[in-house]
Amino acid sequence: MATPQERPGRTARVRATPEPGARPEAPKRRRSAPRAPATPAVQAVQAAQATTPPATAADTETGPSAAAAAALAAEPPQVLADYYRQMVLVRVFEQRAAEMYTRAKIGGYCHLNLGEEATVVGLMAALERRDYLFTTYREHGYALCRGIDPGRVMAELFGKATGVSGGWGGSMHLFDAGARLLGGYGIVGGQIPPATGAALAIAYRSDPGEDAEAVMCLMGDGTTNIGAFHESLNLAAIWSLPIVYVVVNNGLGMGTTVQAASGEPELSRRGASYRIPGVRVDGDDVIAVRDAARQALHSARAERQPVLVEAVSSRLRGHSVVDPARYRSAEDTERARRLDPVPTLRSHLIQAGVVDLAAVTAIEAEVEDVVAAAVAFADESPPPAVADLFAHAYATPVPNTPHRLPADAVVVSEP
Amino acid sequence: MTEISYRQALHDTLRAEMLRDESVFLLGEEIGIFEGSYKITAGLLQEFGPRRVRDTPISEEGFVGAAVGAAMLGLRPVVELMTINFSLLAIDQIVNHAAKIHAMFGGQASVPMVIRTPGGGGQQLGATHSQNIEVYYAHIPGLKVVAPSTPADAKGLLTASIRDDDPVLVVENLALYNTKGDVPDGDHVTEIGTAAVTKEGTDLTVVAYSRAAAIALDVARRLEDEHISVEVVDLRSLRPLDRETICASVRKTTRAVVIEDDWLSYGIGAEIAATIQEGAFYHLDAPVRRVAAAEVPLPYAKSLEQAALPHAGDLVTVIHETLDATGFTP
Repeated sequence: MATPQERPGRTARVRATPEPGARPEAPKRRRSAPRAPATPAVQAVQAAQATTPPATAADTETGPSAAAAAALAAEPPQVLADYYRQMVLVRVFEQRAAEMYTRAKIGGYCHLNLGEEATVVGLMAALERRDYLFTTYREHGYALCRGIDPGRVMAELFGKATGVSGGWGGSMHLFDAGARLLGGYGIVGGQIPPATGAALAIAYRSDPGEDAEAVMCLMGDGTTNIGAFHESLNLAAIWSLPIVYVVVNNGLGMGTTVQAASGEPELSRRGASYRIPGVRVDGDDVIAVRDAARQALHSARAERQPVLVEAVSSRLRGHSVVDPARYRSAEDTERARRLDPVPTLRSHLIQAGVVDLAAVTAIEAEVEDVVAAAVAFADESPPPAVADLFAHAYATPVPNTPHRLPADAVVVSEP
Repeated sequence: MTEISYRQALHDTLRAEMLRDESVFLLGEEIGIFEGSYKITAGLLQEFGPRRVRDTPISEEGFVGAAVGAAMLGLRPVVELMTINFSLLAIDQIVNHAAKIHAMFGGQASVPMVIRTPGGGGQQLGATHSQNIEVYYAHIPGLKVVAPSTPADAKGLLTASIRDDDPVLVVENLALYNTKGDVPDGDHVTEIGTAAVTKEGTDLTVVAYSRAAAIALDVARRLEDEHISVEVVDLRSLRPLDRETICASVRKTTRAVVIEDDWLSYGIGAEIAATIQEGAFYHLDAPVRRVAAAEVPLPYAKSLEQAALPHAGDLVTVIHETLDATGFTP
């Protein structure tokens, strides 16, 4: 358990989760999820908040808590091994992406999920195939865990025709209609109103139920300060939309701390104005994240109760590949390394006898091969043809659509 | 043909498209119980219910963006923005999202949504409620922007917009809502991206859209009495822009004047003038002139407001100046 000194206050730079009513002895896993409308939603918020323990992995700097360990022990070994495989896939993919960026194979901006692997895998484990996902520009891992071929994801980063978005989107704009990944979005929070509208379309066309579709809308901690966040949560509340908003709180919006940017730094409470229940979960605990997201999705699809989930995790590196993160203290960086969910789960799986070292090593070797193949596929793929520059000008062709290149005449003048 | 108002044409078109296609629904501020600020949606809530006529809170960015997402899943939302001035609150969703999603995601998604909104001054609504900022959107690839000037085109272009798989901004005009005209009965679709020659002529071309196109037509008819033959090109579609129809007309008449309700600098007229100089330069007998709003925030006081807006008299003056400059005699 963290000492009070380790539980950062308003001056902390990362991962601060001030909990006025926090009980240090509380188990770190969330105890209950809101079950509105069984109880009024506003009560659910309060109940969730009152029972939400400090979800930071600061509690677990020496490994999983007893409760988390028990939860892990209750999972089938094959499930845990698969989660570990996916976390390693995200880790290795992102490391190779960073390398390819420095080698100029990848252009533009490139934001990595390093340090957020447990959150990524937990959320995607909860999301059903029939559900829709809207994400941010830090979304490579979500695409991978949605089952999209890593080669097509890497090819998009490389700007190749074989990329998931045909080379039109790049790192920030991954899209796969088949996987119902309806976009990474480069504008902070730009995805929130469209995600809310996707939930509106579901409600327009179908009734709530266990088998109904739902939407998951991801965002970062800084996003909870934009107007579109608040407008969208209000719409979701008054229209009873099947949507789960997930704030991935890594403590930093670029270099600005949550405490510096947010009047209510406990971000799971920010739905309270709209009576949207909030739940905070340890983003370094893949099982806790999965269970919280599952519960929230259940409320969304079966009860049309939107939910706000806050997953507290950490960013192992800078905002983007090129950010050295000099604004972070050595202690913060060291702490993020100590809490790194990938080696934490690895050592737990081995210590608990879920899988043996040979099996873990085999998973890692397999993932290395998969990512190497993805890089090779991306590298060998052709770039989009210039002849296709106007292929997506409009979905419905109409006369006089401009198809001119920079040096072309606007009008062919008759002599 | 039936003679109805521009307002009635919009209303009837919304109703017809909702009856035709279950995926068409309306959303916007005060469109249901209040029946719309300008009563375009009168009676539709009663007929179709709140599922298909959805009142929104005052959250332009939120509900325009929600329409984007609903459209991505295959619905056909028709958003009413109370005035085009309020579109600025939603501009991120219009420009960065609605306009980008089809191309940016490699053609995997489309955004078949419509935003209907009135612009225009002359109602003493003051500086923030009287703008003609359609050029902001006409500048953006990925959007389609139409601006009907007649009840018939209001029907034809709104129908086309609703059936189109791209985001379309339908620019209406406060001053046109009560104007009347013949509207074709039954299905009537006006092709987006095409201008119309609303009056043929031989001496000079006037290019205009929306309210100004109605003014131009009126002026052209009156100048017949002076034996001046003016051709009127009604753009109808600001993006895509039918440059060929404009240039073909000017090649014939050899003179051109643009009249527009928006401000002159960087306005729609600037694009038209540039198009004409490239597409009809060797046919021109005179410089292309622009009649546009005075470049001030539109004042409230009627005297000032009317002085700032372009009128038929301004167009007549500039037409005469252009003809005189070339030694034209009727």
